Amino acid sequence: MAKRDYSLVGESTRIAIETGLASAEWYHTDVPRKVMKELMQRSDGPAIRETAIWLAAILGSAAGIVWFWGSWWVVPFLFVYGVLYGSSSDSRWHECGHGTAFRTRWMNDFVYHIASFMLMRNPVQWRWSHARHHTDTIIVGRDAEIAVMRPPDLLKAALAFTGILDFRYSLPTLARQAFGRLSDEEKSYIPEMEWAKAVGAARWHIAIYVATIALAIALRSWVPLVLIGLPRLYGTWHMVLTGLLQHIGLADNVVDHRLNTRTVYMNPISRFIYWNMNYHVEHHMFPMVPYHALPRLHELIKHDLPEPNPSMWHAYREVWPVLLRQLKYEDYYLKRELPPTARPYRGEFHEVDMSAAAE
Amino acid sequence: MADWVEACAVDDVEEEDVIRFDHGGRTFAVYRSPDDEFFATDGYCTHEKAHLADGLVMDDIIECPKHNGRFNYKTGHARGAPVCVNLKTYPVKIEAGKVMIEID
Repeated sequence: MAKRDYSLVGESTRIAIETGLASAEWYHTDVPRKVMKELMQRSDGPAIRETAIWLAAILGSAAGIVWFWGSWWVVPFLFVYGVLYGSSSDSRWHECGHGTAFRTRWMNDFVYHIASFMLMRNPVQWRWSHARHHTDTIIVGRDAEIAVMRPPDLLKAALAFTGILDFRYSLPTLARQAFGRLSDEEKSYIPEMEWAKAVGAARWHIAIYVATIALAIALRSWVPLVLIGLPRLYGTWHMVLTGLLQHIGLADNVVDHRLNTRTVYMNPISRFIYWNMNYHVEHHMFPMVPYHALPRLHELIKHDLPEPNPSMWHAYREVWPVLLRQLKYEDYYLKRELPPTARPYRGEFHEVDMSAAAE
Repeated sequence: MADWVEACAVDDVEEEDVIRFDHGGRTFAVYRSPDDEFFATDGYCTHEKAHLADGLVMDDIIECPKHNGRFNYKTGHARGAPVCVNLKTYPVKIEAGKVMIEID
């Protein structure tokens, strides 16, 4: 296979469109309409309750940082605040972007914009990039959200836990967009009628960062920056820990989410931070099912999915040798066994000869 | 020229739900609102090719199953990203327990 070109306007893009990989029809496990309708039902209750806890914990830990600043007692507060701001915002961004967390639209939008700001993500740009991610999940040349490309850059993946690379990318991107410039790749998935909105959103974000820096200078204190902006560095590790597992080491250029997406059982704290996105195959197959209904959906369709990894540790141990092998043979991927009750994988597009990698 | 076509029986669609109807190589979505009125639109989302009949009806909104784009199925109006283009709607009437839609 030719070397992968991850540009969204390059050779792989052309091939994906020509071969029908782009905007393809994907495999779905059969779920009776009545049951699916029930699973898709929206309610404000669970998300209001959890958002109240989330905001209270953010404000409480922020108060702790301000109060204990200058002593070692600040460390646990930084730990909690960092993860809430730099990691749990990702799942809030995600669920509210899908419009599934709350039944009420403005509540989804309100939390979506707060979370986008915390993540240094342009809310307009990322809404569209995520739509593309769902249309063309891990299709090279089409998906704008492939976290680990092949051959894998392991140093880059390790640095992702510190947030440094993302920070270095996100802030200049917002600044560029605030000056009215969208890249060709961004223009490839954001419709023209939304470009001005994307620029406007970037300007708001940059204005808040400028105000925060001004406040820090006026107060001669790091605290404003520790509370706004820097958590994207020191609190991002949990988002990467959970998020990397979504697709890493699995197949690309396939139209069956069971081949390119992973479900991992996680502890209750991580599931609160991650809003049940550990049920990731289920989410990709049925993105309109709210986060709180994913465990029920999982029970319903697990007979048709590969066995979930029992823990994050297990999943990383399983994928590590795959990544090492991909350094040499980038076509290699982890193909997990389906239970006997499952329908076979969809074969088209991805009959890759891995015999060389197996030697 | 427009024709009235039988899409389904009234009882085929539950309240606050939608079903798919294919006719003449085209696909449509037939809705039953919570106040027991019937409506019809094109069957595919205007954003990408996804069957709206697999989506969720909430009050007067149909939500696309693929990217959660929302339309008012009574008027066809797109209600925000990722859907930007309105949905085509079709006149509906009920005759002898059948849902009829006028297709051009």
